[in-house]
Amino acid sequence: MRIALRVVCFGLLLVAAGLIRVPFAAAEDACIDCHIALREERLSRPAVKIKDDYHLARGLGCQGCHGGDQTAIDNKAQSHSPAKGFLGKPKRHAIPESCGRCHSDPTYMRQFNPSIRTDQVKEYYTSVHGKRLREGDQKVPVCIGCHDVHAIRAIKDQMAWTYPTNVAETCGRCHGNADYMKAYKIPTDQLEKYKQSVHYEMLTKRADLASPTCSSCHGSHGATPPGVDSVANVCSHCHVVTADLFARSPHKSAFDELGMPACVTCHSNHDITQPSDAMLGGGEGTPCATCHESDSAPLKKAAELRARIEGLSSRIDQATAILTRAEHAGMEIGSPRFELLAANESLIKARAATHSLEVEQIKTDTDSGLVVAQKSLESGQGLLAEVQFRRKGLAASMLIIVAVLVGLFLKIRQVDRRKGSG
Amino acid sequence: MTGIRITAWLEERIDLWPLRHFIGKKVIPVHRHTVWYYFGGMTLFLFVIQVATGILLTLYYRPSGEEAYESVQFIMTDVQFGWLVRSIHSWSANLMVLTMMIHLFSVYLTQAYRKPRELTWVTGMLLFGIVLFFGFSGYLLPWNVLSYFATKVGTEITGQFPLVGHVLMRLLRGGDEVTGATVSRFYGIHIAILPALTTLILGLHLFLVQKQGMSVPPVVEQAHRGQPLPTMPFVPNFLLRDLFGWFVTIGLLAALASLFPWELGQKADPFAPAPAGIRPEWYFVFMFQSLKYIPAKVGPFDGEVLGVLGFCLGGLFLLLVPFLDKRSAVGEPSPLFRSIGIVIIAYIVIFTFLGYFAPAVK
Repeated sequence: MRIALRVVCFGLLLVAAGLIRVPFAAAEDACIDCHIALREERLSRPAVKIKDDYHLARGLGCQGCHGGDQTAIDNKAQSHSPAKGFLGKPKRHAIPESCGRCHSDPTYMRQFNPSIRTDQVKEYYTSVHGKRLREGDQKVPVCIGCHDVHAIRAIKDQMAWTYPTNVAETCGRCHGNADYMKAYKIPTDQLEKYKQSVHYEMLTKRADLASPTCSSCHGSHGATPPGVDSVANVCSHCHVVTADLFARSPHKSAFDELGMPACVTCHSNHDITQPSDAMLGGGEGTPCATCHESDSAPLKKAAELRARIEGLSSRIDQATAILTRAEHAGMEIGSPRFELLAANESLIKARAATHSLEVEQIKTDTDSGLVVAQKSLESGQGLLAEVQFRRKGLAASMLIIVAVLVGLFLKIRQVDRRKGSG
Repeated sequence: MTGIRITAWLEERIDLWPLRHFIGKKVIPVHRHTVWYYFGGMTLFLFVIQVATGILLTLYYRPSGEEAYESVQFIMTDVQFGWLVRSIHSWSANLMVLTMMIHLFSVYLTQAYRKPRELTWVTGMLLFGIVLFFGFSGYLLPWNVLSYFATKVGTEITGQFPLVGHVLMRLLRGGDEVTGATVSRFYGIHIAILPALTTLILGLHLFLVQKQGMSVPPVVEQAHRGQPLPTMPFVPNFLLRDLFGWFVTIGLLAALASLFPWELGQKADPFAPAPAGIRPEWYFVFMFQSLKYIPAKVGPFDGEVLGVLGFCLGGLFLLLVPFLDKRSAVGEPSPLFRSIGIVIIAYIVIFTFLGYFAPAVK
């Protein structure tokens, strides 16, 4: 009886599920229904891909871009009728305008998102891509080159080609293809270089979506290489303090005079690695040595600053190591570790101050950091001494306890014997 | 010499003869299960350590969300031997729960709960509940990340009780959330309400133990039928053995506190996400793990509610076992209840093990 009841309930659930499917099945689309059954992959693929499309999910089907009549089920003549505005496959050069019919119309777009921008097409034509398209270059990307075609996703969608972690690969499909880019005579190693950068690591390994990708520096719709004059402005969007310090430095006017771009001269552009103290000074391969002669006064000064910064860094490392040892020995290190943060702050400030070349400021920062780091180091040493004191105290206590236990054992034997003899 | 003088001075004023007589004639049965008799005294000894170290900690501890963590940090770093007092308090609390569990299940398996010791068992079970609450309330007091989230989860489970759950949860938390108010409340419970209850019930428990003497397991009684069991005097033979065990415990506590001082962790941040792998104190882990395995819905009922009710029924069964086990009441071995006890112990051990080593259940 119970089993029969379960079977009936399960059957009812199946019927209910079937009923729930009906409305979806009823939403028929002449374009999708017909194209999905076509044998030619070129023609069936759009019908498969469009199921993931952002527009379709909001009721905008094929006819929005291709014209025709998507309600004319099983009627190709009607659905492909020029009278119904059927365009077929839009010409590549016409695609920006085609998308712009909606995306450049603030009144239309407002109904979907009141704060959405509508200047993409206008901006696109200011980009190198847009300008070349107008000149008749059919290889440059248009909207679908970066946003995909038929499976266009919102940029917040992690599967979207334009999602921050996917942008580099999207750009790299053309810019990393040496054959494709041959005619343009520009490097094609940007993607590989970018993948070695600290920015790529932050973006993909530490999931920091604020970390820059191609479009952060080059722009997206208006993609253009930043000129020599504007590189510092690009970097300063994030590195505000550093850019400000550099603007106050003697390097600023010197770089301007020599026509050298700020930031990238020392840090490179696509393969920006984590800066290190070794960059400072006159050693082989250091950025300073590319302009300054060896044994020159600026290089000597740089070496001195490097020694100060490395001295502080090394003292912080020592303090951290000793505090970690104390922590592993079970000591409470909350306070000294918190204090050590101030030394780290001084180190960061001193490193940043190298951009301004304000020697006195760097000395002040390193000196104050050293005082704090030394204090933390001494705290750590004190804690390790305390560990030893505790161990010795434990050993002494154990001796007393063992002596008492031996005494008790002998006493127990004695009282047991007394009882036995009694 | 001084001791004799003091005793004589007291004798002149108070009649100590009944006490001397009682101590003089108190004996402990000697048989193959005598070793279990030591765990009650061991638990009592650890409780005394808890009281002593707890009183010392109250001198510096400040029960509020703003100061609790910092005051414990101060105890650990600035107060002379504060680290030792706190570490001993924490380690002995855990050892006390362990020895109490051993005491409880040894009494259960030797059927010492049977007539006429039903009340001793009931008071012991109440003390066990109080000790678990001592542990639960004390765990929050350092106000660190782990204790905060463990208390949050623990009080949420309390909230699953049918009808009274929500009221009980609010009563415990002192509001809808675990806040500084919860710390103040738990502190009051930890150092005033629970000690007062313990004093009353422990007094009754010890009185009953002294009045009724030590129980002998039915199997031992049957084996020695007709023959008197060998005994040893409580003073000094058993007491010296007790002392031996207590000194071993002191040595163990000193080693644990010195080599593995009880860590403080990071200060609680109610706005931070819960850290991965949070779990309550080890003695609650078997319940915590069991709740993870229960499906969200069991028929029309919430799985968690059923789980909580199940634990309540389990506790009620243990509390009432002297009245349910009819065979032991007439002095016969009771294999059924013995088997149930072994299953309960196996369940606690296995689920505690799973709580620490099984892959996470989603």
